[in-house]
Amino acid sequence: MDITAFTLSSLQKGYQTKQFSVTEIVSEYLKRIESFDKKINSFITIDSENALKKAKDLDNKKADGPLFGIPFGIKDMFLTKGVRTTAASRLLENYIPAYTSTAITRIEASGAISLGKLNHDAWAHGSSGENSDFGNTLNPWNNEYVPGGSSSGSAAAVAAGFVPFATGTDTGGSIRLPASFTNTVGLKPTYGRVSRYGVIAMASSLDSIGHFTKNVEDSARVLEITQGIDGFDATVSEKRHETFDSLKNGIKGMKIGIPKEFVSDGLSSDVKSVFEESIKTLERLGAKIEEVSLPHTEYGIATYYIIQPSEVSSNLARYDGVRFGNDRSTFGKEAKRRIMLGTYTLSSGYYDAYYKKAMQIRTLVKDDFDKAFESVDILVSPVSPTPPWKFGEKANNPLEMYLSDALTVTINLAGVPGLALPAGFSTNSLPIGIQFIGPHFSEHTLFRTGYAFEQETKMYERNPNL
Amino acid sequence: MKYETIVGLEIHVELSTNSKMFCACPVPTLEDAPNTRTCPICLGLPGALPYPNQNAIEDCIKIGLALNCTPNAKSFFERKNYFYPDLAKGFQTSQYLHPFGEKGYLDIEVNGVTKRIGITRVHMEEDTGKLSHSNLNGEDVSLIDFNRSGVPLVEIVTEPDIRSGEEAKVFLTELQKIIRYLGVSDADMEKGHMRLEPNISLRPVGQKKLAKYKVEVKNINSFKFVDKAIQFEEKRHAELLDTGKIPVQETRGWNEFRNETVSQRSKEEAHDYRYFPEPDIPPIKFTDEQVETLKNQIPELPIQKTARFISDYSLNSDAAEILTRDKNLADYFEETVELGKKEDVQPKDIANEIINKKILPQNLSAQDLVTQVKAAKSIATLDPEELKMMIQEVLIENPQPVADYKAGKETVLMFLIGQTMKKLARKADMNQVKNAILEALK
Repeated sequence: MDITAFTLSSLQKGYQTKQFSVTEIVSEYLKRIESFDKKINSFITIDSENALKKAKDLDNKKADGPLFGIPFGIKDMFLTKGVRTTAASRLLENYIPAYTSTAITRIEASGAISLGKLNHDAWAHGSSGENSDFGNTLNPWNNEYVPGGSSSGSAAAVAAGFVPFATGTDTGGSIRLPASFTNTVGLKPTYGRVSRYGVIAMASSLDSIGHFTKNVEDSARVLEITQGIDGFDATVSEKRHETFDSLKNGIKGMKIGIPKEFVSDGLSSDVKSVFEESIKTLERLGAKIEEVSLPHTEYGIATYYIIQPSEVSSNLARYDGVRFGNDRSTFGKEAKRRIMLGTYTLSSGYYDAYYKKAMQIRTLVKDDFDKAFESVDILVSPVSPTPPWKFGEKANNPLEMYLSDALTVTINLAGVPGLALPAGFSTNSLPIGIQFIGPHFSEHTLFRTGYAFEQETKMYERNPNL
Repeated sequence: MKYETIVGLEIHVELSTNSKMFCACPVPTLEDAPNTRTCPICLGLPGALPYPNQNAIEDCIKIGLALNCTPNAKSFFERKNYFYPDLAKGFQTSQYLHPFGEKGYLDIEVNGVTKRIGITRVHMEEDTGKLSHSNLNGEDVSLIDFNRSGVPLVEIVTEPDIRSGEEAKVFLTELQKIIRYLGVSDADMEKGHMRLEPNISLRPVGQKKLAKYKVEVKNINSFKFVDKAIQFEEKRHAELLDTGKIPVQETRGWNEFRNETVSQRSKEEAHDYRYFPEPDIPPIKFTDEQVETLKNQIPELPIQKTARFISDYSLNSDAAEILTRDKNLADYFEETVELGKKEDVQPKDIANEIINKKILPQNLSAQDLVTQVKAAKSIATLDPEELKMMIQEVLIENPQPVADYKAGKETVLMFLIGQTMKKLARKADMNQVKNAILEALK
């Protein structure tokens, strides 16, 4: 059985027609993880015992529930009751949560089975996965290259066929960048679409709870489960609960904008050619392409790296080692750097010059998007200016690492949704993705466009050789 | 030199909502075992988020409105960042730039003179856990109880308009009445529902600027102690200033056994709380209609009620003040007045009956109170001449007992009293009757 080809719907069909049992499927995935993850290192905790027990239980039940018997992986930022949750940091290396996050509760209630907790940059701080205290996750397409971060393990696990889907968090690109680096589909939903309750906070006003899948249809199915108000996250919008049944309607006549600031200088030739090819595909599918401007893009990284560390410095204050976890000396370098940056930018005397100013620019960035969406339905752009880079290439230069998020952070500042999906490969066979960006709560349009695009390009059929 | 005392007050009021400020945990009682009223949210566990309690916010706005504050059309919560073991999240969710109420005032009456005390702000925040230091199995330990963590607190800050301990006491008494009238807190001092912090300084009489220092006395739990602490500080500051020294800006505590304040932090640490808008709670907006609805929920407040009792019922100010201290008692009084109208019972007599006999609403129905006042009243109006005549009739009708009495058989007196009462055919003061008979028998 080739499990790497499975999608949520093909697995579900198999269960309904009794082609295989849940136990068989879960065992197959666990076997694949055991064979290959020693090398890839996408899991921090593999939870085979619970997974097999749940599989056995489901085999005694009727095959219903929207995610019945679907194995999945969880970024280790999501709390799971009774299962160690580390934030990929030594500080929480032995932390066993007392409750489960809303998103995971909903996914599990729909019948999905967690195979374990996935690696990432500690506290979700990073763009390459190299900040994890549990070792690097390797890119399944080429082990010398980074899989992208911060959700490195989630992206690698889906790309490697260890799980058909995995959860992630995206504060400045942490889902879209690794999706783009691993030939997977990564969704950063609208801020306020999915509850953040029970997910370790990085920067509260930017954190979006999303996921990785092999294809767009699966991405829509998972969002149908995770979205909506839960009574625990006051920023979740009340009304937004929808089914994404317009997926296959095509994009004839759709107006798609290219933000000129996203494609000016600095794009590598590989990224440039894949992106140009993608535009041709979209035109072939009937979309009208036009250039738009997001004039405040150049301030994106500077603004993000004030607001985000400010919130980080406050959110990490509770990790004082008094009641749980190790003491603050066990924070890694990057967390310490952000705590110091954020403490500084919020200090009296500096607040107006940094935090307040950044919040004002944030409003301008948001206005840019609102204005662009007056003339186009969605935007399309590369996710990263470059293809995946080699381990160590940027690890000692934080600023260069931060700049790799130049095309993703403004989306978080504006709170709009972004869908990254496979678009092609570099000359040395590394994945390159593109992203669709839409107005608030326009995920249905992003899925529709993504679906049309992937049916045309069929990139999801390509898997790495482990 | 002569000095003027300058006092501003910070008052924390614990609301009596059903649940805590940001989670569904019940507000604990003092009887609850430690850490039994907690959840991931008030314990500040990883991933937990605050979900604001609408009732608490409305209560806070009502307090603001009752203190003549202007509510902000758009206000928001902010994080106050500091480390302390009883602070679960490493920050307190509070308000800073746009509190729920600002720029109000409360008029108080001190020795017959009305004085306006400015209210700087009324804002919403959450309580912290409670630290205790004890000895377990021979080891010194610090214990944290998080039951209180996340209990809704309203902080009321006054302008430095208070000039004496006495004024502070009057202000606080009035404020406590208002809080109770609003029904937002029991404001029970013994249960820590109200915590008081006076900020005190002295300046030479005639100087307009505030002094360059102030001393904060923390967490006092009685109005009397606030008064005493202010008086103690007044004296201490004056002595220092007289010798050319400026009192140290510091935080002190009240020691109720030694009747003095004690230095807690010798030098005020320069705290930088790094306030910033709480990203987990969207800004809170109130429309004019919503504010109007809340305004309509505010009952007549004690000061207005007192004034109305004086004008409507011709009560003296003392009686009106006593009756309006407690809203239940005031309502009971008015209910009785309403019932008494039909039976010609005067409000003043009802007021006197309630005050003199310390009658409580739960012990006597309003109707029974009317009957009681009426009876008492008829005794009081027993005409001495009428009584005298009636006694003469009784003495004439009963020659034998009269003779017996005069022969020294004093027990017949009771018989004669009984006969007189019978003739009166209504309740009467037995002593008055007895004395009148004795007089007649002389």
